[in-house]
Amino acid sequence: MRKVLTGLALVAVFATAACGGGSDDSANSAPAGGGAPGSAGPGASGQLVVLAAASLTESFDKIKEDFQAQNPNLQVTISYGGSSGLAQQITAGAPADVFAAASPATMQAVVDAGEAAGEPAVFVRNQLVIATAKGNPEGIRTLADLTKPDLKVALCAEQVPCGSAARKAIEAAGVDLEPVTLEQDVKAALSKVKLGEVDAALVYRTDARAASADIDGVEFPESAGAINDYPIVTLKSAPNPAAAAAFVAFVRSGPELKVLTDAGFQL
Amino acid sequence: MFLTLPLAGLLIRAPWSTLPERLTEPGILAALRLSLLTASLATVVCLILGVPLAWVLARLHFPGRRLVRALVTVPLVLPPVVGGVALLLVFGRRGLIGGWLDQTFGVSLPFTTAGVVVAEAFVAMPFLVIAVEGALRGSDARYEEAAATLGASRWTAFRRVTLPLIAPGVAAGAVLCWARALGEFGATITFAGNFPGRTQTMPLAVYLALEQDLDAAIVLSLVLLAVSVGILAALRDKWVAA
Repeated sequence: MRKVLTGLALVAVFATAACGGGSDDSANSAPAGGGAPGSAGPGASGQLVVLAAASLTESFDKIKEDFQAQNPNLQVTISYGGSSGLAQQITAGAPADVFAAASPATMQAVVDAGEAAGEPAVFVRNQLVIATAKGNPEGIRTLADLTKPDLKVALCAEQVPCGSAARKAIEAAGVDLEPVTLEQDVKAALSKVKLGEVDAALVYRTDARAASADIDGVEFPESAGAINDYPIVTLKSAPNPAAAAAFVAFVRSGPELKVLTDAGFQL
Repeated sequence: MFLTLPLAGLLIRAPWSTLPERLTEPGILAALRLSLLTASLATVVCLILGVPLAWVLARLHFPGRRLVRALVTVPLVLPPVVGGVALLLVFGRRGLIGGWLDQTFGVSLPFTTAGVVVAEAFVAMPFLVIAVEGALRGSDARYEEAAATLGASRWTAFRRVTLPLIAPGVAAGAVLCWARALGEFGATITFAGNFPGRTQTMPLAVYLALEQDLDAAIVLSLVLLAVSVGILAALRDKWVAA
């Protein structure tokens, strides 16, 4: 029963996407237009499905709003998740138009599977900060402060991008840091700080900024040696390639890059 | 068909050619040992706490019994991750009981192997309680009454009469409980975190392997499956048929 329902849902998605593509062409051939640079003009319509890394949640929600305001006939759906999981969904044939990953390695998996249309482009970078309880009661200033014996520290597991970045930074600092837990993603590490179960965690600056009501973010110099690139690409099997290309161009346009830098990303 | 097809999928996709060298990777053994240890300890905890609870629910009549019975099933309904957060709010360093434990005894459950046992017992307990309660309700209370008229204390009657009667139910409940504890993921990773050798059980290792290497994840899953099916098959013949 469940399988049948899923099947039906997929058929529905494909059908609407196909219709969207059709009306999109006709609208584009109309003489009207003159949309802002990077937008598909008022013609972009139908459905657009974007798969994006979880750390992009806050900024892509805002970008989606802006994009939809320019393209009122377009229905944009963004699905957030761990980059590796999203990459697996794409290679397993999930219908999507755009993929924005939190690491070049996961993007490479999609490229290797032949699912990318064209070359992925790095559009922002993210770096680590030390997340501490609000007001930084332990007075943490550097990575070396995290090695104090009674301090509990959470890192991301090395299998996920924030974990491999943390490892690079720790090696660069030459400190012997013993974490109490290796969390499955950056949001999980952050929530351990919010709950007060650990005294500090290494998280992305963007996550720390989004949670600034509950935690403090402490910058540290070694994070410069462990910067994460975020690539974006349109997908080969995109049901709505015109809108996909327009969205990627839109993300990389001036005003939207401002949204990303406001969230703590670097260009 | 529906139950076994995903298993067949795992077997078909398994990297058989590189299996021997993958199986000898050091992390696997540590995670497997931790899984078996914590699931067994969690089952013991569930037996100690769950059997008396089931007896109370089946034999005593008290106001609010229906409510208590409904509360027992809460861990079944609750998404395990939510269960993990709830455990943190109670047993965590800033939790209701955890704060006191930390202050008074310097004991802290999160990020320890004991924390894994707590998380697994929390999620697996309903399976045992429901199975044992069902067995108790199915068994005739008059045997206990007869024992009481012959001078047996309540405890003696329970130990010598009731327990042997419901032994198959207890065994079935314990097996369910153990199996659920062995596969536990959400509450464990949320409450006890993930650290190799200390709190990283097989399901956690599988999840993280999946982030990078599908083949490694499949190998880990197969190991867990093979070991658990083997143990369950052996125990089933021994206990449940008895």
